[in-house]
Amino acid sequence: MEFVDALINILNSTIRVSVPLLLACLAGLYSERAGVFDIGLEGKMLAGAFAAGAAAAVFGSAWIGLIMAVFVSVGLALVHGFASITHRGNQIVSGVAINFIAAGSTIILGQAWFQQGGRTPSLPAEDRFGAIVLPFADALRDVPIIGQLYSGLLSGHTLLAYLAFLAVPFTWWVLFRTRFGLRLRAVGENPAAVDTAGISVSWLRYRAVICTGVLTGLAGCYMALSQNAGFVKDMTAGRGYIALAALIFAKWKPVPAMFACLLFGFLDALSIRLQGRPLAVFEWLPVVVAVLVLAGLMTIARWKPLRSIIAAVLVGIAAAWLVSVFYGGLTAAFQNSVLGAPIRVPVQLMQALPYILTVILLAGFIGKAIPPRAGGVPYVKER
Amino acid sequence: MKRIFLGLLAATALSFSAYAQEVKPALLYDLGGKFDKSFNEASFNGAEKFKAETGIEYVEFEVSNASQREQALRRFAEDGRNPIVMAGFSWAESLEKVATDFPDLKFAIIDMVVDKPNVRSLVFKEHEGSYLVGIMAAMASQTKKVGFIGGMDIPLIRKFGCGYVGGAKAAGATEVIQNMTGDTPAAWNDPTKGGEIAKTQIDQGADVIYAAAGGTGVGVLQAAADAGKLGIGVDSNQNGLQPGKVLTSMLKRVDTAVYNAFMDGKNGTFEAGINNLGLKEGGVDYAMDENNKDLVTEEMKAAVEKAKADIIAGTITVHDYMSDDSCPY
Repeated sequence: MEFVDALINILNSTIRVSVPLLLACLAGLYSERAGVFDIGLEGKMLAGAFAAGAAAAVFGSAWIGLIMAVFVSVGLALVHGFASITHRGNQIVSGVAINFIAAGSTIILGQAWFQQGGRTPSLPAEDRFGAIVLPFADALRDVPIIGQLYSGLLSGHTLLAYLAFLAVPFTWWVLFRTRFGLRLRAVGENPAAVDTAGISVSWLRYRAVICTGVLTGLAGCYMALSQNAGFVKDMTAGRGYIALAALIFAKWKPVPAMFACLLFGFLDALSIRLQGRPLAVFEWLPVVVAVLVLAGLMTIARWKPLRSIIAAVLVGIAAAWLVSVFYGGLTAAFQNSVLGAPIRVPVQLMQALPYILTVILLAGFIGKAIPPRAGGVPYVKER
Repeated sequence: MKRIFLGLLAATALSFSAYAQEVKPALLYDLGGKFDKSFNEASFNGAEKFKAETGIEYVEFEVSNASQREQALRRFAEDGRNPIVMAGFSWAESLEKVATDFPDLKFAIIDMVVDKPNVRSLVFKEHEGSYLVGIMAAMASQTKKVGFIGGMDIPLIRKFGCGYVGGAKAAGATEVIQNMTGDTPAAWNDPTKGGEIAKTQIDQGADVIYAAAGGTGVGVLQAAADAGKLGIGVDSNQNGLQPGKVLTSMLKRVDTAVYNAFMDGKNGTFEAGINNLGLKEGGVDYAMDENNKDLVTEEMKAAVEKAKADIIAGTITVHDYMSDDSCPY
């Protein structure tokens, strides 16, 4: 069962890495669906992470950290809203400005308050969000496969990780099953029609931007208080931009957004494990297969629920094969054949794989990604 | 009137003392920042020690991208700063040019050899220090599997890794899992990724993890401590970052090197050339303090002290990765 353990480990790692991406991606979804492009996800996450780290260090509570993170990121989101909704400024410029403000001010404030070169003090375990063990996780640990999956994979994440994955169906429900969601989507496609119906375009867009702020705050808080123990300068390291790429990849839909983030997370986790191992030819086959499955997945991806489930199962099988080759005993069987010749692929290639894949899939497989029609255009009332 | 006179007097005295010193040292940090709790912070500490002892101010510069390097260095040189000390191998290229243009100034570079008549190259035998912490890691490990996490994938960091593997294997480790964080300078400052790699290694069975990764190491030590495993710090004494969870730190006396360069500049005894600082010269060591004294058993201490004596005596030679770009262990 060594192989199941290995599979669980790699999937676990995937989940941990994907959470901030997923939260940021959903954040972008709200805003962009309402017609406000937001390149400032990165900055809002960073500011949120700083606020969480700083507040948790000062007040000694993860919850106050969480509240402050959301508060600060909503604040920045409102600045973006003020510039681009009320004053009809250029949304890209405003977003970039927010990124710069966040990158600079977090370091300056961190240095001024804590004198540790822009980092916040390391937090003790009780001031962070710890792992939540789901009920019966310990009892089920020895049940093969199902029990292992439950106790190893589903249990043992932090509150914010569960929240991130619950936010996916919630977002779907809000956007596609509520009146607010319908209007929000409408305002991103055709704000004039919404306006004609007597609904305020700016108030709707402001609300969307606030949702963005809340979610980026959670993403930042996850990075500072769950993954790490405090804020470190530039700790988001471009994840906000990757989230934007995932959003385009997912064609602005919540469930595909989740898969896209998991895909990026999976490749990231895989690259850590593949690093520095010379792999035999046959060991590369599963990697190729996994990529092809994912590509195929994106082609059929109209994301009807049934197809999504089938797709997820396929990805799972590919992942399982991949891991089994690594940890299982296939090596011996092929050792002396041509297929057993080791190929050392540079780490750089593995690390670039998520990005290469994005380009290939975007260019050839998933078809045209059409953004909300009114995206990026400030709404001007006709007079 | 009296006050003005006193003020003038004080000003004259000050300017006189400034002339008398005639040393205006400068320190340039590498990416990762002054307070990385590791390499750069060690050089900062050395400079601070110099300042505290002599009362001489120094100027400093933190780079945020590679294009600033030559500009910053040249500006300090034009100001007549002397000696100018650079922390980090990445300065070499800029230094080659600037050192030629300013033959009268004294430069020192850490972690790199620049062959100029006015440059002191300070390199360390990190493999020797890493060998010692490798021995401790293997002895502290229950699983006999230990981990190594490097920052940016460069020969210098592989040198750390190779020495560590040598020590660990010598003390009975069966496997050393090695990972690098990345290939760009950003790898020195990504604690999230560092933590994730540490968790991966722990999943694979490692229970003592050595981080030679600058600011990224903070995340590694954190993840190891969270999982109830042990970390090993690098460059500065990082035992206090996770008290009781950091087995030891591989000390690289960057602080002493910076301090000596400044001091020699002040005393007029600055000599150029290559300084290769190993265990013998006190350039590398392992850290013992309040935070890790309960983790290190008498047996471990005896073994590591013996290895240290053997390396100094020359009966053990630790392989230097950079001598032939390979690791025999």
